[in-house]
Amino acid sequence: MATHAGELTAAVRVSDVERRFGDHVVLDGLNLELAPGEFVALLGKSGSGKSTLLRALAGLDYDTAGSGEILVPERVSVAFQDSRLLPWLRVLDNVVLGLPGGASAGRAALAEVGLAGRERAWPGELSGGEQQRVALARSLVREPELLLADEPFGALDALTRIRMHGLLRDLYRRHRPAVLLVTHDVDEAIELADRVLVLDRGRIVVDRPVELPQPRSLRDPAFHEFRDLLRGALGVDTR
Amino acid sequence: MTSLAETRTAPAAPPRTGPPRLRRLGRPRTFPFARLTGIAVLLGTWSLGSALGALDPRKLSAPWTVIATGADLIGDGTLFANLVPSLYRVAVGFAAGVLIGTALAVFAGLTRIGEALVDGPILVKRSVPLLGLAPLMILWLGIGEEFKIVLIALGVVSYMYIQTHAALIAIDQRHVELAEVLGLSRAAFVRKVVIPGALPGFFLGLRLSATIAWLTLVVVESVNAIDGVGKMIFRAQDYGQSDVILVGLAVFGIFGFTTDALLRALERRVLSWRRTLAS
Repeated sequence: MATHAGELTAAVRVSDVERRFGDHVVLDGLNLELAPGEFVALLGKSGSGKSTLLRALAGLDYDTAGSGEILVPERVSVAFQDSRLLPWLRVLDNVVLGLPGGASAGRAALAEVGLAGRERAWPGELSGGEQQRVALARSLVREPELLLADEPFGALDALTRIRMHGLLRDLYRRHRPAVLLVTHDVDEAIELADRVLVLDRGRIVVDRPVELPQPRSLRDPAFHEFRDLLRGALGVDTR
Repeated sequence: MTSLAETRTAPAAPPRTGPPRLRRLGRPRTFPFARLTGIAVLLGTWSLGSALGALDPRKLSAPWTVIATGADLIGDGTLFANLVPSLYRVAVGFAAGVLIGTALAVFAGLTRIGEALVDGPILVKRSVPLLGLAPLMILWLGIGEEFKIVLIALGVVSYMYIQTHAALIAIDQRHVELAEVLGLSRAAFVRKVVIPGALPGFFLGLRLSATIAWLTLVVVESVNAIDGVGKMIFRAQDYGQSDVILVGLAVFGIFGFTTDALLRALERRVLSWRRTLAS
């Protein structure tokens, strides 16, 4: 279980963390630090340990054998790949689930993700993109110091995804949580993050700041250079 | 669009314009009152058979005889005198069974001690046919009202328990994770996640229970009862009154259908969020 980080120097500190499923080592002595308000993207092939790391940070890995120390802030929000809304609660009740008396904050969060007026809707009445926006509002309304996002746009269509990128970047600028975004989309990582990590067989093999000006454009040659570097690290032939 | 090559190779085919027709694989659309059609055909055949004398009135009375007998039974108070005790038995047995079955399901579904104590005995009880318990219940409770109500309740308890318990433990693991990352308290988790998630199973249990309650009623009223619609039709059997039997069956049909319709309406209201998935 993750414990509360006592210091202000790092939002997240992962020291020598190992996680195993049976004999299979998924996280192999992993070390990682996230500064407060830092936006980090985590790339990796399937089975590289991305989700295991995220679940460890979220405290959802009580069934997994392992060792090491994890320090996370007190307020952590998780955005899953599916919106994970409860179909029997109206949109606003989903946003403020577990937050008694949070109705007005919930309304404000819904307005921020562009869903003002949909408070009384059922999740089943919303599109996939709208459901994911409700999930973002649910994450934000808790004013997280750390936002863990596990491929939150993976199930969305390309156009919706572009809009969600803009929204996430906006929300990040306003609320400034530390963000760990797990993705397998290299472009998404470069476009959104301040720093990109590549995980391979339970170890971090690339740890690079993204020093491109915002907003980042696919037309920028430096974008392509960065993309080639990351694809190389992911074992994808770039040419 | 029809191309030239197509017309040449298939000259017999009529020229087709507009988009190609697709084969509908889903269920064809139904028409209004579709379900009543089959019933009307059945009643028509029955009427025709009786009118032509093809049906022996001692085996199957004519529809108009049944209606006249029904009116007589209502007029002289016989039907009412039998219906009230029947309704009372079903209502009390059903209500008690629903309460007990649901309580047991919640106890077994949400607590480890409950699972250990309750699930096994219910499984054993389920393996014993309900009506096989009747002799034991008569021995314990006599042949009065208690035995009748207890047997109805026992049937209902099983159905309520099985459906509600299954729904309670089949909770979506992703929703459990969500509750954990949101830091929900155990009470809030049960209230906001477990109970609403189990409600569809609870309603299925209610509808099955209503059926079993009416079924059990007929059987218990065949055992030394002095009144009840079940008693009325068993007595009619002794006197060879097929019209009275049919009136009794119609009463059971009407009440069974009404109970189910009421429960379905209640389900639609409580589970209104589900309609969004269907539309």
